[in-house]
Amino acid sequence: MSQEKTWKEISLAAVTSKSSVNFQTGDWKTYMPNLTCDKCTKCLTCAILCPEGAIRPNPETGQIEFNLNYCKGCGICANECPVKAINMKIPEGE
Amino acid sequence: MTQPQQQEQPKQKIVAMNGDEAIAYAVKQCDVDVVAAYPITPQTIIVEKFSEYVANGEVQTEYVCTESEHSAITACLAAGATGARTFTASASAGLALMHEILFVTAGARIPVVLAVANRALSSPINIHGDHSDSMAERDSGWIHIYAENAQEAYDSIIQAFKIAEDPTVSLPIFIGVDGFTISHTLERVDTLTDEVVQTFVGQRQYPTVTTHEGKTVPFKLDPANPMTMGPIALQNYYYEFKRQQEEAMKNAYKKIQQIHNEYAQISGRSYGNGLIDTYKLDDAEIAITVIGSTAGTLKDIVDQLRDEGIKAGILRIRTFRPFPAEEIQKALQNIKAVAVMDKSMSPGGLGSTLFSEIRNALYDQKQHPIIVNYIFGLGGRDSSPQDFRKIYADLCQIAKTGQAEKTITYFGLRE
Repeated sequence: MSQEKTWKEISLAAVTSKSSVNFQTGDWKTYMPNLTCDKCTKCLTCAILCPEGAIRPNPETGQIEFNLNYCKGCGICANECPVKAINMKIPEGE
Repeated sequence: MTQPQQQEQPKQKIVAMNGDEAIAYAVKQCDVDVVAAYPITPQTIIVEKFSEYVANGEVQTEYVCTESEHSAITACLAAGATGARTFTASASAGLALMHEILFVTAGARIPVVLAVANRALSSPINIHGDHSDSMAERDSGWIHIYAENAQEAYDSIIQAFKIAEDPTVSLPIFIGVDGFTISHTLERVDTLTDEVVQTFVGQRQYPTVTTHEGKTVPFKLDPANPMTMGPIALQNYYYEFKRQQEEAMKNAYKKIQQIHNEYAQISGRSYGNGLIDTYKLDDAEIAITVIGSTAGTLKDIVDQLRDEGIKAGILRIRTFRPFPAEEIQKALQNIKAVAVMDKSMSPGGLGSTLFSEIRNALYDQKQHPIIVNYIFGLGGRDSSPQDFRKIYADLCQIAKTGQAEKTITYFGLRE
């Protein structure tokens, strides 16, 4: 935590020093979504149901992509996928 | 109460008021923007009286009738965050219901002023005075000041706004008065004029903060200078913000004395140095340490004992948070035996709260008195002045023999 500021350097009463746009909120998840491309039908059910809006189709290929900076690892996408193309895994080494 | 060097004093009006009315009157003079409150005995008179001022158009205050104390303190917290001067009052179960938001208010550094008419906590249910309610909020991060009488309650409220709103402090503050003994007892109160009080208290001051836009602005919610207050802070930052609160308390330690002295200049009234108030303690051999109105009764006993040649004194703790450890060390250094009187109980503890803290403050001193604890007055149980003489008699015995038979005494209990 050496890059973090000391109590003398931060503003009073937790007034935030940077815009929340820059906060990456997906860094504490346990499970990571994993896509099996062969099974995916690009129906986008996962993207519609993702509570974080962290799933988007690639504009060129149409293949879905996960924004792991905001994905919380909740697994709704895996649960709702009609062809079971997504599974949730604990990343190796953790 | 000691009389400081008299300067040219503004004329004061003498009013007969009980402690609650004196508090309401002081709040009226402090030009408060928002009062949000819920009535509870023995505090009710404060908000009842203040609502009269609102109804009569005597104040410009927004008065919010809330459905609970949890809401009352939350409304004060929110109004305070926008830059408003805010006040509320409570007691006992009401203060306990505020518990969660008391910590939020202190952590968010919003300078709310809260008058507590100290009352016992259930169970068994009891409406009378003891310090259980505010002692249970010891670690909430609020400044705690306790008055001895209605006059001091009036004076302390006026000082409270200035202490809490000082930019180096920016902390909420309790002013405690003993339920019924002070809250409901009619006394003579010398009051300053509205102009004098308003000049003294002034406009609310703000510390500056740096926002996410990189602007350095006053610490208040303002559409012109947007900022996020009260965000989440987990393992990485929570601790740093708590450490800031400790620093604010250190600043309060100085400001309480400074503002108390400034007030003495305009009013002619002072209470020790604002942190502790002593009575005939300088050459005393035995002393009682106590909080609140009991000190008034003890002064008569000390006068009697002095006439009898017994060197007795009193150390009244006026400011309990920040805890005046250094002042206590100095005040008690030459005393042989000290009784700490606690009007609250910590079941299973080694004595009660004030006793533990005072004994802690003296631990590192090379020379310190024998110190014993008297728990008394719970649920408003009364003790006569003659009863209190018994404590000084015990102290004489302890000072003479150099040892105490027992450390903790349940004073006034049928055994």
